[in-house]
Amino acid sequence: MTTARTLVRPAARSRRRPSRARRTVKRNLTAYGFLCGALICFAFFSWYPIVREVLLSFQKTNFVGEARWVGFDNFRTVFADPGFVDAWVNTAEFTLLALVVGYVVPFAVAIVLNELKHARAYLRFVVYLPVMLPPAVAVLLFKWFYDPGPGLFNQILHAAHLPGLSWLDSTSTALVSLVIVSTWMNLGSGTLIYLAALQTIPGELYEAAELDGAGLFRRIRHITIPQTRLILLVMLLLQIIATMQVFIEPYLLTGGGPEGSTVTVAYLMYQYAFNFTNFGGGGALGLMLMLVLMVFSAVYLRVSREEAR
Amino acid sequence: MNETRTLVSPHTLGTRRGKAIYWTTLVSIVVIFTFVFVFPLYWMVTGAMKSPDELADVPPGVFPRHFDLSGYREAWRQLDLGLYLRNTLVYALGAWLFTMGVDVTAAYALSKLRPMFGRAVLGLMLATLMIPPMVILLPAYLTVKDLPLFHVNLLNTPWAIWLPAAANAFNIFLLKRFFDSIPTELLQAAEVEGASPARILWSVVLPVSRPILGVVSIFTIVNVWRDFVWPLLVLPDSQRRTISVAISSLAVQVPQNVLIGSLVIASVPTIVVFFVFQRHIMAGLTAGGLKG
Repeated sequence: MTTARTLVRPAARSRRRPSRARRTVKRNLTAYGFLCGALICFAFFSWYPIVREVLLSFQKTNFVGEARWVGFDNFRTVFADPGFVDAWVNTAEFTLLALVVGYVVPFAVAIVLNELKHARAYLRFVVYLPVMLPPAVAVLLFKWFYDPGPGLFNQILHAAHLPGLSWLDSTSTALVSLVIVSTWMNLGSGTLIYLAALQTIPGELYEAAELDGAGLFRRIRHITIPQTRLILLVMLLLQIIATMQVFIEPYLLTGGGPEGSTVTVAYLMYQYAFNFTNFGGGGALGLMLMLVLMVFSAVYLRVSREEAR
Repeated sequence: MNETRTLVSPHTLGTRRGKAIYWTTLVSIVVIFTFVFVFPLYWMVTGAMKSPDELADVPPGVFPRHFDLSGYREAWRQLDLGLYLRNTLVYALGAWLFTMGVDVTAAYALSKLRPMFGRAVLGLMLATLMIPPMVILLPAYLTVKDLPLFHVNLLNTPWAIWLPAAANAFNIFLLKRFFDSIPTELLQAAEVEGASPARILWSVVLPVSRPILGVVSIFTIVNVWRDFVWPLLVLPDSQRRTISVAISSLAVQVPQNVLIGSLVIASVPTIVVFFVFQRHIMAGLTAGGLKG
């Protein structure tokens, strides 16, 4: 057919060729016309800042003249800061504590919720309610609860004939207090995501296991957990990434205190930039945090791609 | 109700012992959840009705002594909440318009027009998901402060919220995935009739994409409403703050009951959105969580 047409009407073919090329050009132009808004927004507010983050950490700027290249000076300043190691330790401690509660509890809660045949809509609604509060509201609300005097938490402890705690005012409880707020306001999303995952497990698997004589906990161990393995891994990584950026809790509750026990890396970065007007030092901290989180992100992307398959 | 089989077999649940355990668990879960998640909110709503003296009571009363709304009235007046609610609404709606305009067209181009380097562009956009917003906070702030090439200062302008909100790779990802699932025949039919790509987007693609547009809209608006660090940095002028930032910076200057009243008022809009769009929000959450 093709050869026949070429033989018979060579002129027609040569005329069609440029027109197809023109169509391709036109399609591309239209496509990039549609894309240009996004390209501009990403270029200015996403791609450029990522590049600038790297530049920033090797520069000294005073916002009057040109930025100066200073090599690793910013990193040296930050390393020499006695608060530097503490900030990483606090961040790690916060992340681990938040994992102990914020990772295990939502999964356990989801497993129980999935078994219930009543009040499901209510329970799902209630567990997600704190997630919908603006975080600043939730944090300020808990600041009031943490008040050592008439605050709600100590009053509950007193009602149970237990001694009150000093919550945010003591180096030993301040970080835990931050973890409690953070967990309270974020627990809901994990729970609902697990719940959705649990509902995809085929019931026959449980039936078969039961016929084999597997008890409740063995069924959880050998069916529930392996069947939700990927989503568990994805959520683990997502939670590590989210909690390592913790900022609003120390910013609003403790200002990093007492005695620097709640200064996190993100908070230290903020302090460098906006309290000490040292954007280079802040940039160096940001770059380090970025590299650490990118490791988790990379694993996360691999895992979630595997899961999408 | 046709229930699929879960962890516990219906047979075990049917026994006397099973029923007893089931109901005990159910009741304790409902009580615990209500106490942990609803009671703090109850404490907040009633706390604003207590006078500062009453708030200092030890032990505190479970009910306020009087049904007194002056805490809310004072919060509205002293903290000028009307202004900050209006600000936040303007930021949220503008961000929504930009997100819709920018991300929908981009996702459509990447999904259906498939230009040269389309995959590379998409890859570069998705790569930004690996960089959490917190770690580029400082360079993003400096960019907004002195926009490259144009050298304009966007601080204290709504643009500082609107434009970065549109650079959202996750939205583009969700929209593109949805557009990919729209059969090409549908679009080709319109193309044969001579419809332009813009026309196809508007009258063919958008009408069938309502569910995903709903999810993206709600999340964009709620995210701007909940955001704290970014508006804290880019809107330093006390007249232009969002409600979250305004309340947290004025918190120390007002009596306790007034502060609590303002917290209630600030959470009303998002809670109302949650009541109304609960299904969309939960659907979007699992879509994002499972495939994000």
